Amino acid sequence: MSTIPTETVQPGKASLLYDPKIRGYVYQLALLAVVGFLLYSAASNAITNLRAQKIASGFGFWHNAAGFDVNQKLIPFSASGSTYGQAFYVGLLNTLLVASIGIVLSTFLGFFVGVARLSSNWVLSKLAMIYVEVIRNLPLLLQLFFWYNAVLKPLPNPRQSIELPAGALLNNRGLYLPDPQLGPGGSLIVWTFLIGIVATIIFRAWARKQQEATGKQYPVGWIALGLIVVLPFFVYLVTGRPVSFVYPEIAGFNLRGGIQIFPEFVALLLGLTTYTAGFIAEVVRAGILAVSKGQTEAANALGLRAGPTLKLVVIPQAMRVIIPPLTSNYLNLTKNSSLAVAIGYPDLVQVFTGTVLNQTGQAVEVVAITMAVYLTISLVTSFFMNIYNKRMALVER
Amino acid sequence: MKKTVTTTLVLASLALGAGFAQAQTGLLPQIKARGVVTCGTSPGLAGFAMPDAQGNYTGIDVDLCRALAAAIFNDPQKVKFVPLSSKDRFTALQAGEVDLLSRTTTWTLSRDTSLGLNFAGINYFDGQGFMVHKKLGIDSALKLAGASVCVAQGTTTELNLADFFRANKMKYEVVAFSGGDETIKAYESGRCDAFTTDSSGLYAERLKLQVPADHIVLPEIISKEPLGPVVRHGDDNWLDIVKWTHNAMLNAEELGITKANIDEMLKSENPEIKRFVGTEGKFGEPMGLSNDWAYRIVKLVGNYGEVFEKNVGAGSPLKIARGQNALWTKGGLQYAPPIR
Repeated sequence: MSTIPTETVQPGKASLLYDPKIRGYVYQLALLAVVGFLLYSAASNAITNLRAQKIASGFGFWHNAAGFDVNQKLIPFSASGSTYGQAFYVGLLNTLLVASIGIVLSTFLGFFVGVARLSSNWVLSKLAMIYVEVIRNLPLLLQLFFWYNAVLKPLPNPRQSIELPAGALLNNRGLYLPDPQLGPGGSLIVWTFLIGIVATIIFRAWARKQQEATGKQYPVGWIALGLIVVLPFFVYLVTGRPVSFVYPEIAGFNLRGGIQIFPEFVALLLGLTTYTAGFIAEVVRAGILAVSKGQTEAANALGLRAGPTLKLVVIPQAMRVIIPPLTSNYLNLTKNSSLAVAIGYPDLVQVFTGTVLNQTGQAVEVVAITMAVYLTISLVTSFFMNIYNKRMALVER
Repeated sequence: MKKTVTTTLVLASLALGAGFAQAQTGLLPQIKARGVVTCGTSPGLAGFAMPDAQGNYTGIDVDLCRALAAAIFNDPQKVKFVPLSSKDRFTALQAGEVDLLSRTTTWTLSRDTSLGLNFAGINYFDGQGFMVHKKLGIDSALKLAGASVCVAQGTTTELNLADFFRANKMKYEVVAFSGGDETIKAYESGRCDAFTTDSSGLYAERLKLQVPADHIVLPEIISKEPLGPVVRHGDDNWLDIVKWTHNAMLNAEELGITKANIDEMLKSENPEIKRFVGTEGKFGEPMGLSNDWAYRIVKLVGNYGEVFEKNVGAGSPLKIARGQNALWTKGGLQYAPPIR
C-alpha cells in the first residue's frame, strides 16, 4: 500500500506562481495595502488640516464636564459633574432600550398580522392587509410626527391629569406609575421571581426531552405560572408585604414622585413598532406561503387541528425563510431609532452627535464613534440571529 | 456594511481635506472668481434671517451678508444663502461649505479657541430669556421650579439653562429638539411650561404662535449672548473684510451717513467722512477691495441703525427697542474703531 510515490501528488516548485491559492493571497494583500494606504492618507490629511485650522482633535473631550441636562436617563446624569463620556452612555442606553423593546413588540405584532393576513377569516385578513399597506407606504418620520402629536395632543396638562387605576396618572408630560420601594426582605421577592424564570426554562427543556423520549406531555404553562407568579406572591405575603409605593402627586407645574414614562419614548416606540411590524408581517406571510401545502395536508391527515398544525408544522419550516429578512428588519429598527432626534427623544444620535458634537465641535471623533456603535449593534444582532438561523436550518441526514 | 462605512469615512475625510485645502489659498480671490458670497444663515428667524414668499432673505444677519456683497461686487444680491440649523452650522463652516456664518451665533471662548473659528464682531447684543403660557400666571423665571422647558439642542442655550436652574437650586425637566420649529411646536402643544432661547429669538418665535398674546416673555435675562459673524481660522484678510464691513455700518451711523444722504456726503469736507466714502486715502486697497467699499455698503444696504430699525426695530413686527444695541454715543454698547 505504501508503494505509491509521494512526489506525484506534490506540486512542483515552478508552479508556485500559478497556484490559484497563492495568487489569491497576493491579490488580497495588494488590495489590503491599497485600502490601507488610502485610509492612512485620508486620516493624516484630515489630521494635518485640523491642526492647520487649530481645531482641537483627539478624545480628550470625553472626560470634560458636559454642563447640560437630559430628561430620560437610565444612569445618573446631571449638568453638575457629569462628563461627555457619561452623556454618550445615557444616549446609548436610551437607544438600546427603545430598540430592544421595539424588536420584541414588533416581532409579536408582525407575526400576528402576518398570520392574520393568511387567515380564512375575511375581515381579519383584509384588516391585516390594510394595516400592512398603509404602514409600509408612509415614511417613518411622518408616522413619528403623527404618533408624537397623537400621543401628546389629546392629553391634559399635569394639573388635570387623567387618573388611572392603581394610582397611575396620565398627562401631556407622560405616564406616571407608582414607584415600588423595597422594604427589608423585599429583595427576596425579586430573587424568587428570577429563580422562577430560570427554573421554568430548565423545566421546559426537561419536559420537551421527556416528550421526545416517552411521548408524555407536561403542563408547562401551569407550572411556569406557579413558579413565576404564584411563588413570588407567596414570598411577598410571607415576608410581610415589604413593598411600598411612592405615588406621583401634583407639585408645582409637574408631578413629583413615581416612575415617569415620557411621551417622546412612547411615540418613538409606537412608531418603530407599528412600522417595523408592517414589514415583519410581510416576511412572515412569505415564509408561511413558502411552506408546501402538502405539509398542511399531511398534518391534517394525521389528525392535527389548525392551531397545532400552524405551530408545530408550518411555522418551524417557515422560520428558515423568515429569519434572514427578519434580521434585516431588526437592524433597520435599531437604525431608524435615530429619527428620535425629530421628536425630542434623547437617543444616541440626539445626545451624542447632537448636543455633544455641538458643544465640543469634535465632529470627526464623535461621528466616528457613533458609526462604530451602530456597526457594533448591527454585527451583534446579526451574530445572534445567525446562531438562531443555524439552529433552525434544515438538518439533513 | 463594513465596506460602506469605510468608504464613507474615506470620502468624508477627503471631503474635509478638500475644504480646508481651499481655505489656505485665500477666500477673497475665490469669492471674486465665484461671483457670489456664500453665507450661512438661520433657516428662518424673523428679523434675523427669514425667506419671504419669493425666497428673498431679509433680516439683520442677512443684511450683513448683503453689505459684504456690496463691498466686494457693488451688488447686494450676489449672496447665496445656506440655511443652517444650530446643530450643523460649525461643521458647515469648518468644511468650507460657507464663507462665513451670519447666524445669531454666540461668541464664546471655547468656540473661538478650539473650533478653528474666528469671531469678527458683535452685530447684536442679546441675552437668554424665557417665554411661558400666560395662563400659568408667573411673572418671574425664578418661579419656574419643577417646570418642563423646551429648548433647541446644540446651542449655548442648553448650557445656560442648566446653569440657571443649578445656580438657583431649582429642579426642572429639559426637552431638547433638533430644530427651532419642532421646539416651538412642542411648547405650543403644552409639552413644556416654558420655552427658552435668546430674547430676540423669543420675540421672533412668538410671532409664529397661533395666539401670540397668550404668551409672555419673562423679565429675567440669564446670560450674555454676544451674537456676531464667524469665519474660519487661517484667512486674516477675509476676517478683516467681515470685521470692517460691520464696523463701516456702525461708523456710518455714528457719522450720520445714511442710505438717503450718502451721495451728498461725497461732497463733504469733513475728513472723517471723506475717508469713509473713499474720496481721501486708500482704505479699501489693503483688503483687496475698491476704495469706495464703505460707500457701496451704505449706498446699497444702509447703516447699522437703518438695518436695525427695518428688521427688528420700530419698523418691523418685532418692535425690539435699541437698548444695549444703541451706539456708544447714545448709551449703548455698539462701538466701532475708526476708519483711518
